[in-house]
Amino acid sequence: MKLRAALATIAVAAAGVAVLGGLTDGFRAATSEGAWRLAVAERPRPLPDATLVDQSGRAFRLPALRGRPILVEFFYTSCPAICGLLASQFQSVFERLSTQSEGPEILLLSVSFDPERDTVPELADYAARIGADGRIWRVARVKDPIELRGLLDAFGVVVLPDGAGGFVHNAAIYLVDARGRLAHVYDADAAERAIAELDR
Amino acid sequence: MIPGILLYMVLVMPPVAAWLEGSMAGHMLIQIPLLALAGGLAARGAAGRRRAVLAGFNAGGVPGLLVAMFAAALWMLPRMLDAALQSSLVEAAKFTAVPLLVGVPLALSWPLMPPVARGFVWANLISHAAVLGWLYTVAPYRLCTRYLYDQQALVGAALFIVAMALLVGWGWFAIAGRPIGPWSRHRAAVS
Repeated sequence: MKLRAALATIAVAAAGVAVLGGLTDGFRAATSEGAWRLAVAERPRPLPDATLVDQSGRAFRLPALRGRPILVEFFYTSCPAICGLLASQFQSVFERLSTQSEGPEILLLSVSFDPERDTVPELADYAARIGADGRIWRVARVKDPIELRGLLDAFGVVVLPDGAGGFVHNAAIYLVDARGRLAHVYDADAAERAIAELDR
Repeated sequence: MIPGILLYMVLVMPPVAAWLEGSMAGHMLIQIPLLALAGGLAARGAAGRRRAVLAGFNAGGVPGLLVAMFAAALWMLPRMLDAALQSSLVEAAKFTAVPLLVGVPLALSWPLMPPVARGFVWANLISHAAVLGWLYTVAPYRLCTRYLYDQQALVGAALFIVAMALLVGWGWFAIAGRPIGPWSRHRAAVS
């Protein structure tokens, strides 16, 4: 009787550890954001052929930026909190890139997920405030709002209305490689780390 | 058995499920524990012969308790809560696994466990709920992408309150010398 129970205990413990490990990517990710970051790092993801419009009103397709890595962040202009941190991260990277004589090694792209309120004049205003030049650092929105969902899904961005007219969203810095694939997802304050890893 | 099945039928109703899953606290602290309770109540009516066969593999209640602990830990993971909201397949797995792998084994194992083991379970449950509650309250980022930050903080506060309530309740019963646990009376009936 006791032997059966002991064997059952061992079997349950082994199965439990295996299942728990399997469903947490080897105990590395307890959150869906962590799981997404691991999955992207292990297998870069293709991005949709979305058309964006920047702060100058110029339309461009996302695949047209292939050839150089891009750091991407998502924001909305009336964001009271975390978007400011992302913008300040991009500002410090931009300052470094704009001094490079042989041309920037990477591009910066800030994409609004609030196309209803973030019109081109709003984007231009925002770009002027944060210092985005429209060449190295572009501030953009989707041209057709119907493309927004696919774009957010491709980057793993979840946007929830906060009940006060704003949004709650996962804040991160996304690295799109020179082949136009989502290759890495970094913390919102890790732009320097992203650049350092690119240099390696 | 009937109360467990009735409770399950209420929980599985789409409006009830949607309402409870509308908030992180409702999902994590009400729906999942109630699903486990439904399984536990249903198991109380299990036929005696089957119970005896199972008890052979579950001497002391340890294997059954381990099944319940692993399954509960799994369905409390933030990514599983997110996944259940995103995928109907994971949602169906939750509605199957929580009653069958948390509630049923716990109900069948608890009467077999010696008082020391039950005290160990309670002590762990209380300390984990308190620590988890504190972590959820102070975490600087959202653990579930599908729920707002203030809901996470609410879950943290609620977990902490539950831990304190359990501590007081458990302490009271321990001092008063009465058996600990929801299935204590059932144990007396079985033995």
